[in-house]
Parts: sequence; structure tokens; C-alpha cells
Amino acid sequence: MSSLSYAAPTSVDEAVKLLAGASGLAKVLSGGTDLLVQMRSGRLKPELIVDTKKIPGAMGARRENGGWVIGAATPGAVLEANEELKAEWPGVIEALDLIGSTQIQGRCTLAGNLCNASPAADSVPAMFAAGAICVVVGPNGKREVPVEQIPAGPGRTNLAKGEFILEIKLPARPPRSGDAYLRFIPRTEMDIAVVGCGVSVTLNEQGVCTAARVSLGAVAPTVLLVADAANALIGHTLDADTLAKLDAAAQAACKPINDKRGTVEYRTKVAGVLARRTASIAFDRAQGKSSGKAH
Amino acid sequence: MAKQYVLTTINGETTEFLCETQQTMLDVLRDVVGLTGSKEGCASGDCGACSILVDGRLVCSCLMLGVEAEGKTITTVEGIAEGEKLHPVQQKFLEHAALQCGFCTPGFIVAAKALLDENPNPTETEARYWLAGNLCRCTGYDKIIRAVMDAAAEMRGETAR
Repeated sequence: MSSLSYAAPTSVDEAVKLLAGASGLAKVLSGGTDLLVQMRSGRLKPELIVDTKKIPGAMGARRENGGWVIGAATPGAVLEANEELKAEWPGVIEALDLIGSTQIQGRCTLAGNLCNASPAADSVPAMFAAGAICVVVGPNGKREVPVEQIPAGPGRTNLAKGEFILEIKLPARPPRSGDAYLRFIPRTEMDIAVVGCGVSVTLNEQGVCTAARVSLGAVAPTVLLVADAANALIGHTLDADTLAKLDAAAQAACKPINDKRGTVEYRTKVAGVLARRTASIAFDRAQGKSSGKAH
Repeated sequence: MAKQYVLTTINGETTEFLCETQQTMLDVLRDVVGLTGSKEGCASGDCGACSILVDGRLVCSCLMLGVEAEGKTITTVEGIAEGEKLHPVQQKFLEHAALQCGFCTPGFIVAAKALLDENPNPTETEARYWLAGNLCRCTGYDKIIRAVMDAAAEMRGETAR
């Protein structure tokens, strides 16, 4: 018989104590849409599951300092129903909405997608572009970690033993800001990204980009924050020359694998094309031109 | 480790059960509680045959632990009809012959009910996207979609098309 135990602590301290004190593998359960599959397949054999959904702050989204604080265990469906959040961060919410089916949306979480650490995770490039900050709790207290510092490689994070993400913060939006996420898959739904791209920009009144973050998914062992691609946008309007430089910078950042979803050459080419398209949507949104769904 | 005690509500009835941590809600429903309407197709959240409602929200019961049911309100396919009276979605599945082997049907019924609870007037595209997490390998989806759209029309009080 298995010796798997389960706890649903009602405080951060209790959860940290359980996770840090476990002698074998201890896993955090929020939505479970990855964890249960990995347990079932035998890939993971935890001895302890710590369900974080009863910890205060882990469920729901709230305003803070003009931005948002999202509880790490909040299901996708709850965030997608938040019209105010969706209006401010349409790219993040659309990326989240691409994860799995309606049933998966009833459970899946941003933090889980991040900590599962798939390079092809849909919400992660959008969070990278957004400049999300993770509130990490653990035996040494609470620390804030930029989202791009969490993934370490496929299936691995930089979280230490006993640490977990309690909340994800999205910063306040300056005027004339917009974000977008696009992924390429060979069908219309229910597939894993061949390439994903997130872009978030802020423009001045002349439409010149003053701040930008660009990210790529599924083209390297982790999601990438591509500074050169962001620099191709900053200081420019989105004209043909800017788009060409963005395309080149995105392609240059790619270190993809060959697999059944796409070759190195194909993924690299698609990354450039997606960067152009995603940036166009983000710029349009920043200028109030389009509030429609990107997908 | 000793079994866990769980107190929950299933299809309107207060229910208590004992389960092991690794047992999924689907395992508990089928093997402990004896509600075998929810099916195991893939056990990995891809096929939707195990769909249930948890506090009104559609989830795959194969991706939920039984212990997580504590304090929740669960609805399975057995709880969709009102006594002997079929839910309009169930009735329309019969009328449109929207099933062959029937294995996927409980999941489709629960998912379609959840759709119409949230959106009484879905477009066909919305219905198809909502049900994209339910796989059927024999009927094909057209009859299923026709049944759902017809059920939606009936529930809105419109005459059959």
C-alpha cells in the first residue's frame, strides 16, 4: 500500500512546515491538472501532497497599488470571468484560457503552469511579457521573485525545498499599454504550442514605444525573455523596419529542439512571424484600437 | 496511512466516505460511492468522460483527489435528471440519437448542462469550443451539437427548429 499523505493547511506557516519537513518528495496541489497526471503515470511518486487552496490569499484576485495580486491556486475560469482584469491584461488572460479544455480551466492555475516548467506552457510567456512578480513563501520567509527567474529547465524550477508560490502580482498599467500572446499549433484547439510569443508594450502619445517586454515559448529549455527583441521595439513606432528588426531578434534568440511538432528551422521562422503578429496586437491594444480576442 | 474521512454533498445528498489519498474523485465515485455513471476514458484529463460539477464548476473527476471533495457540492450525471424527469439535454440526446456506444455520453451531458447553466444562448461555435474537452469516437460531433443547441432552444422556451 502507498504511504501517500495529504494535508490541506489553513496558513502559510503550516504549509511551509509540512513541505520543509517532508523526508521524501512533497508536492504542492492547487489545480492538480499536471500533478495528478504525473502521479498516475508513475513519473512522480510523492509521499506528501499539500493542498494550498485553503490558505488565505491563495484563491481569487484582488487590486493592490493599481496592479493585481492573483492567488496562486485560483482556477483559470475564475480569472477569465474577471472583466476588469481581462481588460487590463488581455494577453495574460487569453494565454491562460488556451490551457486545455473547459474542464481543465475549472482547475488549472497560472502558478501551476509556471511551476510545471514546460517550455511550451501557454501562460508563462504572457507572464514573462507582463513582468509578473511571484510572491514565494518558504522556510526563510517571504520573497518576491521576477517570474522569469522561476523556471530552471524542463520540469524544473529554482524554488528551494519547502518553498512555494503563494501569489502572482501583475504590475499597474501605465496609460497606452497593451499586451498579447499568440501561439502556433497545427489545429485550432487542445494542442501544445510549437512556438508561443508574449509581448507587452507601453507607448507615448505619438505611438512610440517607451517600454517593452518580449518573450518566446517552446524554442528553448525554458521560456525566454528576449531583451534584444524588446530593444528592437523601444524608441520606435511599429513600422516595417521595426517589425523586421523584431523578427530578426526573435529568431536569433531561438535554441529549439527538433521534434514531431516542428524542426529547428521551422520553429525559428515561426518565432519571428509570431513576434511580428503579437507585437501588432499589443500595439493596437495600447492605442485602444482593438479590444477583441486575439484567438 | 489510514484512510481519510471525507464529508461532502453528492447530487444533493450529504455523503461521507473513506478514501486513500491517491484515489481520484472518479475512483471514489465509481468504487467507493457506487456511482458508475462517470466513466474513465483516459485518466489524464483529455477525454472528459469523467466530467462532474464541483460547486457548479465543470472539472474532470480523474484530475481531482477524492479528499478534495471535503465540504464541496458535487453533481454527477446521476444528479442531472429531476427524479424520473430527464434534463432537456438528456432528452435531446435521445431524440437526436446523439450517442452510439454511450461511453462519452455522461461527460457530454454534464458538460452541456454546465454550458447552458452559464450561457443559455450559446452560438454553435461557443458550444463546440466549450465541449472541445469531451471526446467521442463513434457518434461524431454533429448530432451531439444539434442535441445541445436544441436543448438550449427548448430551455429558452423556443419551439423546436
